[in-house]
Amino acid sequence: MLKHSFSKIFNQYSWEEVCNRIFHSTEEDVNRALNKNSKLSPEDFIALISPAAKNHLPEMINKSYSLTRKRFGNTMQMYIPMYLSNECNNVCTYCGFSFGNKLPRITLTDDEILNEIAVIKAMGYEHILLVTGEDNLKVGVDYIAHAIEIIRPHFSHISLEVQPMEKDEYEKLIPFGLNTVLVYQETYHELNYKTYHPKGKKSNFNFRLETADRLGEAGIHKIGLGVLLGLEDWRADSFFTALHLQYLNKTYWQTKYSVSFPRLRPAEGAFKPKDPMSEKDLLQLICAFRIFDENVELSLSTRESPTFRDKIFELGITSMSAGSKTDPGGYAGNKHALEQFHISDERTPSEVAEVIRSRGYEVVWKDWDAVMQ
Amino acid sequence: MNNLIIAGKEFSSRLFLGTGKFGSNELMRNSVIASGTEMVTVALKRVDVWKEDDDLLLHLQLPTINLLPNTSGVRNAKEAVLAAQMAREALQTNWLKLEIHPDPRYLLPDPIETLKATEELVKLGFIVLPYINADPVLCKKLEDVGTAAVMPLGSPIGSNNGIQTRAMLEIIIEQSNVPVIVDAGIGAPSHAAFAMELGADAVLVNTAVAIAGNPVAMAEAFKLAVMSGRMAFENKLVTSVNVARASSPFDLSLLDIN
Repeated sequence: MLKHSFSKIFNQYSWEEVCNRIFHSTEEDVNRALNKNSKLSPEDFIALISPAAKNHLPEMINKSYSLTRKRFGNTMQMYIPMYLSNECNNVCTYCGFSFGNKLPRITLTDDEILNEIAVIKAMGYEHILLVTGEDNLKVGVDYIAHAIEIIRPHFSHISLEVQPMEKDEYEKLIPFGLNTVLVYQETYHELNYKTYHPKGKKSNFNFRLETADRLGEAGIHKIGLGVLLGLEDWRADSFFTALHLQYLNKTYWQTKYSVSFPRLRPAEGAFKPKDPMSEKDLLQLICAFRIFDENVELSLSTRESPTFRDKIFELGITSMSAGSKTDPGGYAGNKHALEQFHISDERTPSEVAEVIRSRGYEVVWKDWDAVMQ
Repeated sequence: MNNLIIAGKEFSSRLFLGTGKFGSNELMRNSVIASGTEMVTVALKRVDVWKEDDDLLLHLQLPTINLLPNTSGVRNAKEAVLAAQMAREALQTNWLKLEIHPDPRYLLPDPIETLKATEELVKLGFIVLPYINADPVLCKKLEDVGTAAVMPLGSPIGSNNGIQTRAMLEIIIEQSNVPVIVDAGIGAPSHAAFAMELGADAVLVNTAVAIAGNPVAMAEAFKLAVMSGRMAFENKLVTSVNVARASSPFDLSLLDIN
């Protein structure tokens, strides 16, 4: 039994009412939020992501840029995902790994993991994000603990993006060197969540919603939040992400938080997002998160195009990936498996790093040490 | 100006510089040089201490510079002691800036764990400089367990809000038998000068230099401000705190003693 649960706060809100407030925000609301000297409330955040704030994007950019520089300096952190498995028992209507999709299912062996490590290390990475589908038999907690054991000597910082687990499972993994767990809610629209996730353990909305609480109680160092932008109204989903973030900050005060911005891209099955988000929308959202919370880490992946990433990385983002492969074994040249989603920025890590440096930022590969935990 | 002495070691510069947040390691190095500092802090988590060609450490290979590794990232005394031992082994220094901030947002130091870790580290032979809130009682307790200096904050780290803890800093400075280094919150040369005028033995600056339009020139501005503040302090600055002394010596014989 959890001591605290976000669901108590979440249940006080209705999706429709939140949408209503977002779309009825006025210029005055936006100005009030932008000129506030004290900490912003979730209501202020609503104004910043509203259509009314579109005209204030230049001011938002300025504010987001300077808050980011003040807190994070002229630096950019780099991380890379490593897909360990594409086995999955869930049906997710938007995902390439979905149970019904006919594709070769692969789970990396020890040797294959070591091959991936060699390629990734040669790129200069120290921060790694381990990813799997959800299959508690083939890639359960024991497989993941074993994988972390193999990977830990080679990397300073290990993150995980896999199925939500029980608190005691997280407690088991942390001493192996697990630092960060990313769990995206996909959407906070409870009713429609069930239509996107009709089968498998993932269809349990509340179990997923309380994952961050289980992580917080387990004492994890960092939790990553996010939604699949475009699945449902991206503004309402982002409001709930901000609400979740604020709740977690107050409840698990020793934990760091990050927010990612996975915008729906074509996967196998040609899923059409209900509320497609433009690049300009995404920039507005990134700035809104920064102004709402100057300490939160904001991450931008290779789902976005090189042009867009190069244009906006300094306006609020604190960590980026580059050279990513989203199929298990992809780095060492395994061509059998299918990727989870399409990579838009295919430049090498050194090419991306060079662009970041040329704009006056130090590229930070290492910002954690195994000795710290 | 008098030299600063910490644990028997003399420093002619009273400005310590942090090495985070710079746009490049080269810019960081040039700022270190321009600041005239002899003591720079290095976050252990940022460097690979076992790698001979760690880029950040390579840029700090300067004859006049002492490295002060910090434990930023640890959340309790136990983790801090482990990190300190690694730093000593790898960087060949027993000097340590002890930072224990379980709160990852404002990076505010944990007084209980810091006291515990200081006591343990001193026993293990470390020269400990703990980052703390501006708490006069904690400073005295740290002295009791053998701290080499105290590093109270002026305002939250990275805030650039200046010396907001003035009343507490004045008590700490008045009572301290170890050097007082004001750390965190110093956002402008005037803040640094003010801390030095109050009688701080040194200041530590990072963000204000690292993200300035021209970090190298800003480093020099801080160097001058620290010198000027210290000179003012050593030469008995007339402040609103002190009662002004008459400009010519008072002639007691003028008094009617009856």
